[in-house]
Amino acid sequence: MNMNRKCQVFFKKIGSYLLLSIIAVIFVIPFYWAILTAISPPGSVMMLVKIEWLPKEIHLENFYKAWFKYVPMTLYLKNSLIIAFSVVFGTVITSASVGYAFSILRWPGSDILFLILLGTMMIPGQVTMIPLYILFFKIGWLNSFKPLIIPAYFGNPFFIFLFSQFFATLPRELFDAATVDGCSNYSIFWKIAIPLVKPALATVAVFSFMWTWNDFMGPLIYLRDTNKWTLSLGILNFQEQLYRTGETSINFTMLMAAALLVTLPLTILFFVAQKYFIQGIVLTGLKR
Amino acid sequence: MWKGKSRPLKERNKIDFFIFASPWLLGLVLFTMGPLFTSLILGFCEWDILSSPKFIGIRNYKKLFNDPIFWKSLSNTAFYAGIQVPLGILLSLFLAVLLNQKLRGITFYRTLYFLPSITPVVAIALFWQWIFEPQFGILNKLLRGLGEKYPPHWLFDTFWVKPAFIIMGLWGAGTGMLIFLAALQGVPQELYEAADLDGVNWWEKHWYITIPSISPAIFFNLVMGVIGAFQIFTQAYVMTRGGPAFASLFYVLYLYQNAFEHLEMGYASAQAWILFAIIFSLTFLQQKISRRWVYYEYE
Repeated sequence: MNMNRKCQVFFKKIGSYLLLSIIAVIFVIPFYWAILTAISPPGSVMMLVKIEWLPKEIHLENFYKAWFKYVPMTLYLKNSLIIAFSVVFGTVITSASVGYAFSILRWPGSDILFLILLGTMMIPGQVTMIPLYILFFKIGWLNSFKPLIIPAYFGNPFFIFLFSQFFATLPRELFDAATVDGCSNYSIFWKIAIPLVKPALATVAVFSFMWTWNDFMGPLIYLRDTNKWTLSLGILNFQEQLYRTGETSINFTMLMAAALLVTLPLTILFFVAQKYFIQGIVLTGLKR
Repeated sequence: MWKGKSRPLKERNKIDFFIFASPWLLGLVLFTMGPLFTSLILGFCEWDILSSPKFIGIRNYKKLFNDPIFWKSLSNTAFYAGIQVPLGILLSLFLAVLLNQKLRGITFYRTLYFLPSITPVVAIALFWQWIFEPQFGILNKLLRGLGEKYPPHWLFDTFWVKPAFIIMGLWGAGTGMLIFLAALQGVPQELYEAADLDGVNWWEKHWYITIPSISPAIFFNLVMGVIGAFQIFTQAYVMTRGGPAFASLFYVLYLYQNAFEHLEMGYASAQAWILFAIIFSLTFLQQKISRRWVYYEYE
């Protein structure tokens, strides 16, 4: 009886691992296929009727070529980094400040404003996109990073909500005691509240970095000159350049190499800050 | 000297509230309410940016109503959302249940399933463009290997282009999966133990305990999924530009084309407001229906 039960548990485990692994293979194939293509000699993967699952030769120089030969990827990287870090800085500071207001400095009237905040999250970006484009056009901000960066300094509703949730979990007595001791809200904010929500700071930083890095429509609309482009846009430019040169087989080798290089920074960030990614998703998804 | 500190505390906190919240309050007016109002007005105007806007009443909305491409883009998007969202929820729930086991190395699998969700959309589009390539793409090579002589031409086929986008969307099930996983870990174990004592089978256990317990997470994923699916843009812009024969022309892509390629700002604004109305009513509807099936523990 006991032996039988152990056997059952063992086979259930094997079954679970088998299922987990099959799904893992399916999820990884797109990456694997991209990597395989990127390290193959241009054209080789294309010509085979059957799939070669293992590379015969490894051509890492494809990455070098993809980066330097066709379009100024280094410049695009620089632009992406400037925009992303500026946005992260602005978003973290202002969203924390507004989140503090909504949770610690709460007063009866602020609840209505909080509802408005939640309401604005439901407005699709496309509704405000056109007037904003016109606004930035009128004040001469088109073709600069300003339309992509400056709005971040006015707080992001999503992250304000996240911060207010975090601040609300801190013990109220802490703030009352500090107030009694004569601390102003500014020193409470900087010296007590902010150091206590470091995980929230990291979560917001990581997410706003990811969203800015991935943003495609913003740069597409606001940046005209190719030398102002971000990596997301640049890789599209790259794709067009390749099509112009003809020869589809080289295209995909180079294109996959470039796409992988664009993916790499976020993947590294994910492995470094995995905890905050997961925490962020779980918090926004469940605490409501 | 009259200093802030001598003022009543409540009064001081109220003033500080407005100081701390000032960036958002300013942004609300400048970047949300102002544009929202302007876009509503623009919906009733004809405007190419270069000349001055001309008020034309509801003509934009009438034109949209008679625009076959607008209807095509709407039905494409509804088709995509209608299939991708439910399938995405099923897949992410399935993955979460699978990951919610005490097994060694489970975080490794979690990371693998989640990786596509942090991949830049442009890169996703390029990866899949290559996968779906009819002649040399890996998908058709696999299908031919399985004996299918004429596998679909995916992105070049007016029917198969939409399933292609749906498959691509399902690859990003990792975010929903994490939300479900967290919800599953919050289900009280005693409920399962009690069910085991009663000799309940696997199906009943999940149908009567798991599903109701995680219903708020299902609701959240449903609402967010619908909002996201209705705004699909980048993949279509990069991979097909709406083709072939408008088969992958999604709502926001057509809106983008009207605004920034044809410079019909009024027409595009009207379109944006219809999208807003659609998303708003779908969310509202789901909220209403949710009262019947979503179970909040602390209500």
